[in-house]
Amino acid sequence: MIALLMSSSAMAGSGHDTDGANVPFSPSELIMHHIMDAHSLHIVGDIALPLPIIIYSSAKGLEVFSSSNFHHGEATYNGYRLEHEHIIVVDSEDNLDEAATAEIIDFSITKNVATLLFGVILLIIIFTSVAKSYVRNEGKAPSGLQSFVEPIILFIRDDIAKASIGEKHYAKFMPFLLSIFFFIWVFNIIGLIPFFPGGANVTGNIAVPIVLALVTFFYIIRNSGKAYWIHIFAMPGVPTWVLFILTPIEILGIFIKPLVLIIRLFANITAGHIVLLVFFCLIFLFGDGGNAGGGFGTAVPVMAFTIFINCLELLVGILQAYVFTFLAAIYFGMAVAEEHH
Amino acid sequence: MELITPQIGLLFWMTISFLTLMFILKRFAWGPIMGALKEREDSISEALDQARLAKEEMDKLHSSNEKLLEDAKAERNEMIKEARELKDSIVAEAKEKAKEVTDKEMISARENIAREKTAAVSEIREQVALLSIEIAEKILKEQLSDGDKQKQRAEDMLKDLELN
Amino acid sequence: MVTLTILLQVAAGGAGLAKAGAVVGAGLAAIGAGIGIGRIGGSALEAIARQPEVKGDIASNMILAAALVEGVALGAVALGFIVGL
Repeated sequence: MIALLMSSSAMAGSGHDTDGANVPFSPSELIMHHIMDAHSLHIVGDIALPLPIIIYSSAKGLEVFSSSNFHHGEATYNGYRLEHEHIIVVDSEDNLDEAATAEIIDFSITKNVATLLFGVILLIIIFTSVAKSYVRNEGKAPSGLQSFVEPIILFIRDDIAKASIGEKHYAKFMPFLLSIFFFIWVFNIIGLIPFFPGGANVTGNIAVPIVLALVTFFYIIRNSGKAYWIHIFAMPGVPTWVLFILTPIEILGIFIKPLVLIIRLFANITAGHIVLLVFFCLIFLFGDGGNAGGGFGTAVPVMAFTIFINCLELLVGILQAYVFTFLAAIYFGMAVAEEHH
Repeated sequence: MELITPQIGLLFWMTISFLTLMFILKRFAWGPIMGALKEREDSISEALDQARLAKEEMDKLHSSNEKLLEDAKAERNEMIKEARELKDSIVAEAKEKAKEVTDKEMISARENIAREKTAAVSEIREQVALLSIEIAEKILKEQLSDGDKQKQRAEDMLKDLELN
Repeated sequence: MVTLTILLQVAAGGAGLAKAGAVVGAGLAAIGAGIGIGRIGGSALEAIARQPEVKGDIASNMILAAALVEGVALGAVALGFIVGL
């Protein structure tokens, strides 16, 4: 009970003063640091891989330099300063220049971007090699990685695409459905790996689901048939006065569908990471202030619990990839549905 | 709030890398993989079709073989039946002929016998007539030579004749 | 007692009122989603017990329905992120 009191006071204090030398342990800060993006790739202890900073501003054009120049936010470089992982423009006296800060666009290769590129290359290597083994093993039983991937591909094709879109139209959506499924799954797993190549909360960063959902949205709009729009603007078999209520809802629905896809993926993965980190923080909360006994005492049950949560998150990772793909396929199925009234 | 504000940088890189990923995978991975899967499924279903066809052919062949066998059996039975009939008819004919022949022979034999018999009877009659005349002559001669004796004798002879 | 402390801090902090509200709201959303997903899972299990031969269809429909309920609950989570962190 006392520890809980301490933790609540620690959380309450965390938002305000972090520059003090002897601040109490702040789980909120630690968690945010872990699930947010960063400008360096933390490897172990104090060792971090500096990443390129790319800044575009209309005044100074494109600038590229290493993030090591910032010395973890302690140094000013070229009039820029890193504060809470945000690049800000400062004047000669190190004061924030808000107007100039609003002007710059940060295209840096951040932790998430680096992981993203790494994962994309990984996906390309994996699936081109699988494709090669299909050419090599033509007419033979699948082997190795191929036999691991094949049931998943068949599942997506038969149980997701064919079932939701239909035999006639499913083929043109297959590349997209396979891509998002494996993309989400691989990045969910990368996010759960706590050390170097993993650790970045890519699918839990809202920008990533936004792009995935936007691509889905464009796919829906591009492939939507006449029947789809008739269903939205004039639902057949409904009295006219109901249409006045139904049509705005349906129009909103066009945008709500991708929005819900975004929120589901983002919130699920981020919440999973937060739960995992909160359990870890318990060790340090109980051990706070030199209370080693409390720390070690909680470590054992907490470890057991985090392992359990981690397994759960592995399941959630594949489940979210499935749900995203499945819902996208259902939306495509609605879009390509033909008139049958 | 910061958590749900997308950074432009990440949006930019994500769009580029995801579209590139999709393009490359579509071109070099999903295309060949889906093609290979479809090809394999097609070949499997084709093979299954062929197996079914072959089985049907076999069944057909089997049934035609059976039919052939059945036909042969029927033909054989027919032939046996025919042969038996032929044999029966030949035997019957032969019997008939033999019977006819024996009948004819018997009839002719009977006729012969009858003819011989009549001939013999008429000859006997003639003989008897001749003998009677001779006897009568002898008796007459004796009678005429010895009156009583003749008479006795004639009576005896008549007695004999009556017995005969 | 914890609640009381939090409430006291809220009273002292002022800005923390929004956080307290977000936490309570997240809790309510969790209750709603819990009931919803629990009912879906229970019904799906009953259905599978009754007709095990259509297990696959039931499972995928169950996940779909659960995902829809979850979507609403995650809206609350997102709201929590906006206010709380």
